[in-house]
Amino acid sequence: MLVDALHRKLFRNLAELRGQLVTIALVVACGIAAYVCLRSTWDSLLFSRTTYYERYRFADVFATCKRAPEALRGRLEAIPGVAIAETRVTERVLIPLDDLPEPASGRVVSIPAGRSPALDALFLRSGRLVEPGHNDEVVLLETFAKGHDLTPGSRFPVVFNGQRRQLRVVGTAASPEYIMAMAPGDLTPDPLRFAVLWMDRDALAPAFQMQGAFNDLTLRLQPGASEPAVLEAVDTLLEPYGGLGTVGRSKQLSHFMLSGELSQLEGMASVVPVIFLGVAAFLLNVVLSRLVFLQRSQIAALKALGYRDLTIGLHFLELVSVIVLLGAAGGLGLGIWFGRMMTELYAAFFHFPVLEYRLAPSVVFAAVGISLLAALAGALFTVRAVVRLPPAEAMRPPAPTIYHRTVLERLGLLALLGPAARMVVREIERRPLRLLLSSVGIAMAVAITVIGQFWGDAMDFMIDVQFGGAMREDLTVVFTEPRPARAVRELAHLPGVLRVEGLREVPVRVRSGAGFRDSILIGYPDEPDLRRLLDQYGKPHPLPVSGVVLTDKLAELFDIEPGQSVTLEVREGDRRHLDVLVSGLVGESFGLRVHARAATVAPLLGEEPLVTTALLLVDPATAGATRARLKELPAVASVTRRDNLAERFVEQSRAMIVTFSIILTLFASVIAVGVVYNNARVALSMRSRELASLRVLGFSQAEVGAILLGELAVQVLLAIPAGLAIGTWLAGLMMSTVDPETYRFPVVVSARSYAFAVVVALVSGVISALLVRRRLQSLDLIGVLKTRD
Amino acid sequence: MTSPLENPAAVPVIEARGLTKIYQMGEVEVPALRGVDFVLGEGEFVVLLGASGSGKSTLLNLLGGLDVPTDGWLAYRGRELTHLGEAGLTAYRRHHVGFVFQFYNLIPSLTALENVALVTEIAEDPLSPAEALELVGLGPRRDHFPSQLSGGEQQRVAIARAIAKRPDVLLCDEPTGALDFQTGVLVLEVIERVNAELGTTTAVITHNAPVARIADRVVMLADGLVHGVEANATRVPASELTW
Ligand SMILES: Nc1ncnc2c1ncn2[C@@H]1O[C@H](COP(=O)(O)OP(=O)(O)OP(=O)(O)O)[C@@H](O)[C@H]1O
Ligand SMILES: [Mg+2]
Repeated sequence: MLVDALHRKLFRNLAELRGQLVTIALVVACGIAAYVCLRSTWDSLLFSRTTYYERYRFADVFATCKRAPEALRGRLEAIPGVAIAETRVTERVLIPLDDLPEPASGRVVSIPAGRSPALDALFLRSGRLVEPGHNDEVVLLETFAKGHDLTPGSRFPVVFNGQRRQLRVVGTAASPEYIMAMAPGDLTPDPLRFAVLWMDRDALAPAFQMQGAFNDLTLRLQPGASEPAVLEAVDTLLEPYGGLGTVGRSKQLSHFMLSGELSQLEGMASVVPVIFLGVAAFLLNVVLSRLVFLQRSQIAALKALGYRDLTIGLHFLELVSVIVLLGAAGGLGLGIWFGRMMTELYAAFFHFPVLEYRLAPSVVFAAVGISLLAALAGALFTVRAVVRLPPAEAMRPPAPTIYHRTVLERLGLLALLGPAARMVVREIERRPLRLLLSSVGIAMAVAITVIGQFWGDAMDFMIDVQFGGAMREDLTVVFTEPRPARAVRELAHLPGVLRVEGLREVPVRVRSGAGFRDSILIGYPDEPDLRRLLDQYGKPHPLPVSGVVLTDKLAELFDIEPGQSVTLEVREGDRRHLDVLVSGLVGESFGLRVHARAATVAPLLGEEPLVTTALLLVDPATAGATRARLKELPAVASVTRRDNLAERFVEQSRAMIVTFSIILTLFASVIAVGVVYNNARVALSMRSRELASLRVLGFSQAEVGAILLGELAVQVLLAIPAGLAIGTWLAGLMMSTVDPETYRFPVVVSARSYAFAVVVALVSGVISALLVRRRLQSLDLIGVLKTRD
Repeated sequence: MTSPLENPAAVPVIEARGLTKIYQMGEVEVPALRGVDFVLGEGEFVVLLGASGSGKSTLLNLLGGLDVPTDGWLAYRGRELTHLGEAGLTAYRRHHVGFVFQFYNLIPSLTALENVALVTEIAEDPLSPAEALELVGLGPRRDHFPSQLSGGEQQRVAIARAIAKRPDVLLCDEPTGALDFQTGVLVLEVIERVNAELGTTTAVITHNAPVARIADRVVMLADGLVHGVEANATRVPASELTW
């Protein structure tokens, strides 16, 4: 095979520079891998969810009411924009299982006799659907069934409306409506304690006196229909039948929770990969432009020999392309591998029936394209600058442009330093831009280490505020319906109960102009201790004597300022509309809520003080007995342990975040080492002649090393604080991609994360220093004297 | 009995016996020096002549402690250099040897004065950098960068840098190789002056046979061996050279 001289030069260059090329390619690979992994996981999950929703006909609108006649269905379907209306009967039930200390709560949902539901179809995982006429048949939510070893054929007891019945499992299923299956009021899904039971409508209706009636409605909208208009129309139609609220998909519990989970992922998947790729591109640009710069005199010689500028330019672009493409290939492979792993992990977690790993060609093109462009741009600019020089000039070493006595020298401070330190200071003072670029590169590596850690920090902080500061009760008791305030005092008399406080929680719709948000009005005791109002940083927010406090995001949505009033439409009882004074705002981490003193709430609702929830502090020694007693009280709908809640919350959200953090940190560390090492290597090769000359003059290896590594140390030390600051800023940017109506995490980075990022930078520095020192020992003293650069 | 190899009047500063240097190029062995005996006497001015590839640079690099011989014996003022090791050789170069090379090897980011200061800062009893520059006639150009100086001027800075530490030995490898005749003479005059005024023992490699006339002794190398040694009865000043 015939290889021309220029290509032979290319191969030799690649071989000579292999240490550097490998690290550059690694940086590219990590940038691309992070990008591909996060983007493809995100794409795949969204795609899987969308497919699931489509295939199983997830509804667009959900409404509940007390009891509406089936005849209303026609009128609902006639609302402009409504394509399909499906009515159902749903109720809460209790499931007293032997393997649970207290009954699990369940939701029984009717399915039309003899057909699959038009909306929210079941994804049958085992067995079959129920058959008409068999009143004891039930299809059970798969996660619950699995958790309790219930399989088709198993029988288990269910308490319907106070009546105990024995049901027979005929199938297990999942549903797009219950991807995150949880009881209303719970913070997280608890697969062992929440079940969905699908039963034949004719078998179910009599148990709740719902023959010829419905209390649950799902709608499919026509394409292009206005959701708010439909919601309003449905609300109006259901109003006379005890309408309990109509919501779009975005407020459907499972979808809402799932979106919350995915939005954290989105924050990572949309911003982080761009940052990774951006950083990789930047580094590539810096490193390659220097690499080309080193070949300055060779370029001049080629020109002198008569090579055309274009040929020379292409030669260097080929060199760069080889590096990037190698990195890209590795990065793609790694990214796809990690992406598949993550997607499977998530899909298992969400029980998606359809899981398809998707890697959009656009993601690949973007990843490789951006890296290649950045690299080529970096190389091209330098090649162009060099090619433009007359060869004679290019063959001389570049002249230091400006010379002046540096500040330190004028102050006489330099004289205090040894010659090596003096050279370091001079080099830095004379080439501040080079130092700056190197430092920025290392700072970026530090920054991505910080954001790799940030999500975990944000979660920890939020959990700490939520479960350590805001919720201080041991048990949360929810009543079946609002109870008089004396219910709280009664609970206080139970053995083992140390302290009780009541909350009044009322569903309300906050309205301003044409817009509204569904929210909850919470009435607190005058001196709340067990449940306090805290802002996202954990700072207590006192409740005003009159008026209400809004979540600041809610006020922002409607442009409400403290001192103005807001309309609250109460969504229970007499459904009155209230105009209340907003006396303060609180920056909470999640939810859109309205807070007030119970003493303020009762007169507003025109009622004696009532409570819906009781918060209990109990004697840990007898906590089990206390809980058992509470469960037996007829007025009690649920009893939740705070420690359980916190655990579940941590378990669920942490697992994913931690996996991602590890992957990101891994990539960030590789990038950090890549950058620092390359900086040192480039510095070494740019100055090897100088350093060899110094060695000839009698400078020892240690002294010459100090000059080079001193500069490296300064770069790293400058980069660390900058990187921590940039990382914190990027964390904020990442946070801003999360739907602010769902979560508003404060941008808090823990000292541990900062320390970790610093350690990564320092370790990269040390590794690089060791690698470079080895090179320094084999510096060719004689060779360098024979040539003139 | 005295051989022309040695100058009987002088105390030997550097002494080499049977010096051998073999470069290992993979499978191939390239013998650069094949048993060279060489003595550099106190205050002497020696010129090394020889065809390209004859081993001149190799010899000079060994004498200056830049490299170690494959075989043979080499001593500086009676102390053997052969077993000094890396640190020892560095100290030897630092305190006793001044180098001048064909391509100057100045530090581009340092001014003329600073390039000289680089050495005076680590030497024991140096000239002041300004003095050294005066000696090579470059006092007024002290604050210029290498790139702002002509080749001859750069070479004179390199000489100033080499002699500023008051070295015992000044080793010059084709110091005029990259210069025109007149500039070359100027540089040789400076070297000559250093040899005369500071009494620095000097060895100069050159390709120009006429230059040999300015030396006390001329050592001719061929094919890695000393081919002949001539002592000049009278030294011709560099200023009177023609070629
Ligand atoms: N690093 C090296 N590796 C292999 N061979 C070498 C090396 N350095 C020198 N040589 C060989 O050693 C021999 C002597 O080289 P040296 O540089 O001493 O010659 P020189 O007399 O200085 O020549 P010139 O006048 O051209 O500078 C040559 O044949 C050369 O090829
Ligand atoms: Mg030579």
